[in-house]
Amino acid sequence: MDIELPESIRAHLPVLVVLLPLFGGLLAMFTGLVQRGGGVIAWAWSVLTTALMLICAAAMLQQVHASPEPLVYRLGSWPEAYGIGYSVDALNAYVILVVSIIAFLTTVYAKDSVMAEIANDRHHLFYSVWLLAIAGLIGITVTGDTFNIYVLLEISSLTVYTLVALGGDRDRRALVASLKYLILGSIGATFILLGIGYLLMLTGTLNMTDMHDQLVRMREAGDLVNNRTVFVSFAFLMVGLSLKMALFPLHLWLPNAYTYAPSAVSALVAATATKVGVYMTFRFVFTIYGGVYDTSADLQLLALCACLGIVVSSLSAIRQMNVKKVLAYSSVGQIAYIVLGFSLANHAGVTASVIHIFNHAIIKGGMFMAVGAVALRTGGTKIEDFKGIGRQMPVTMAAFTVGGCGLIGVPLTSGFISKWYLVQAAMQEGYWGVAGVVLLGGVLAIIYVWRLVEIIWFGTPDDPSKRVKEAPLSMLIPMWILIGASLYFGVDATWTADSAQAAASLLLNGGHG
Amino acid sequence: MESFGYFNYWLAIVIIMIGFYGVIARRNLLKQAISLGLFQTGVFLFYVTMGVYRSPDGTSGVAPIWTDAAKTGPFDNPLPHVLMLTAIVVSVSTLAVAVAIIVSIQRKYGTIEEDEILEADKRDS
Repeated sequence: MDIELPESIRAHLPVLVVLLPLFGGLLAMFTGLVQRGGGVIAWAWSVLTTALMLICAAAMLQQVHASPEPLVYRLGSWPEAYGIGYSVDALNAYVILVVSIIAFLTTVYAKDSVMAEIANDRHHLFYSVWLLAIAGLIGITVTGDTFNIYVLLEISSLTVYTLVALGGDRDRRALVASLKYLILGSIGATFILLGIGYLLMLTGTLNMTDMHDQLVRMREAGDLVNNRTVFVSFAFLMVGLSLKMALFPLHLWLPNAYTYAPSAVSALVAATATKVGVYMTFRFVFTIYGGVYDTSADLQLLALCACLGIVVSSLSAIRQMNVKKVLAYSSVGQIAYIVLGFSLANHAGVTASVIHIFNHAIIKGGMFMAVGAVALRTGGTKIEDFKGIGRQMPVTMAAFTVGGCGLIGVPLTSGFISKWYLVQAAMQEGYWGVAGVVLLGGVLAIIYVWRLVEIIWFGTPDDPSKRVKEAPLSMLIPMWILIGASLYFGVDATWTADSAQAAASLLLNGGHG
Repeated sequence: MESFGYFNYWLAIVIIMIGFYGVIARRNLLKQAISLGLFQTGVFLFYVTMGVYRSPDGTSGVAPIWTDAAKTGPFDNPLPHVLMLTAIVVSVSTLAVAVAIIVSIQRKYGTIEEDEILEADKRDS
């Protein structure tokens, strides 16, 4: 699929993917001026904005694949050392595309869900904040400037806190969950800011490539031996990033935030926010510190946290009485798989991580959409609401079941491909225990997925006379696009594997250009 | 003298840690939010200190304004200072969102004490 865009647009793609949702979000607010139906206009506007963004992201990926050098975009034509430079290579073009696809599909999906869950006079504000959150997430991914990362991280975080808190209309626990997320998220972001501060002290620059070059120069001059500043900056960054990507044991904000957020928000945030956190970690660990600072001990610690996270969160998922919470705990486990992949620091491991960013995004996005559809029809997401729902909403629940198979890693689903690479990576390093943990995680996933599947298809509803309709098409289509993609990429993983391998080579070879 | 030269950094770390302790130890949501603000303020001090120029022989830089002193002698690095303008805006927005959520919690729960909120949640479920 070739996308032909005029040259005047092609030259500005890196900045357009951010500006579209940013200004789209600000303009969406004005639909509040319309007396009736402003919410629908805001929704249509958001769909248009995210669709244009998706086209730009796809065109950008093509452009990156066509050129050997990363695309560099200097804002205001300032050289990167002084101004802000956006830099797009095989890794972030891929992540941007993933985020854009999810953003577009969840926006299409959001219409009915938001109508039901958010108060009428707030729809325009909801879509405004929604688009700003997307702008922040894409911005983090596209920028090559570390301080810019911090600012955009806060933009995306603040908007996500707000979106989660909007669930408070239905369940007041959303407010507490959102505040907890805000406090832990801000601590994480401030740690990242401190880490960037120490790096700025050392190198005198904020640009990532420049930082790396300065560190290389310092190492060659022998300035980095026993240098505590490097060590402290790395420590602050890793703790902050682990909080942001909800790596066990710093995941405590995640389960409640995902559970009580409005359905559409859960789908968007679960599929993108933590993935962008992982992307940031890639950038810091490989692009900035890669080949400069010996990260092997820290990566082993991450691998240990990840292994514990896979087991503990899967065990927690088995015990939950709320389906959204099961998925949320499963997300903590799946993030741990991604972290485990790159902490092995070999080619197969990083490839597994990058592949799983995409695979988990589509699987979890699709599953949260299915749960949101049930919430729309039955009004709840507790286990009781799901009893026997498979016979009343077969299309939705079929999507949920296929997604569940993806979480387990059943062959022919994309989850299998990720696990395959991950186990391969562990074996290459001779870490049999790690491979065992991955397989154990799969077994535990069978338990928590099967428990839900059994209730959905074989349970009897508490109130058999209660009939619910199948979900509307505006929900089913995006849901099945994601779930269908997880099946397609489970059979033919050429595209994901090629993109991920390109990104992995890039990261491991010094991390840039 | 060297430890005294790091006075500002010590102070920054102390402020950060006091704020961090408050976030963890306080059970009142508003006090947590205030501590969070203090925590971030410590980081501002850290960055502002970083920009100040002090050469080994004791001469310090002047403000980075286009004057004769700055043209000839050493001057302070304005970059971290400017960054902190942005960070202050971010910190204020964070607090604004936090306080807005706390107000909604007060309306829905009738309290902003974490223990009482947890108890109310337990009664619900």
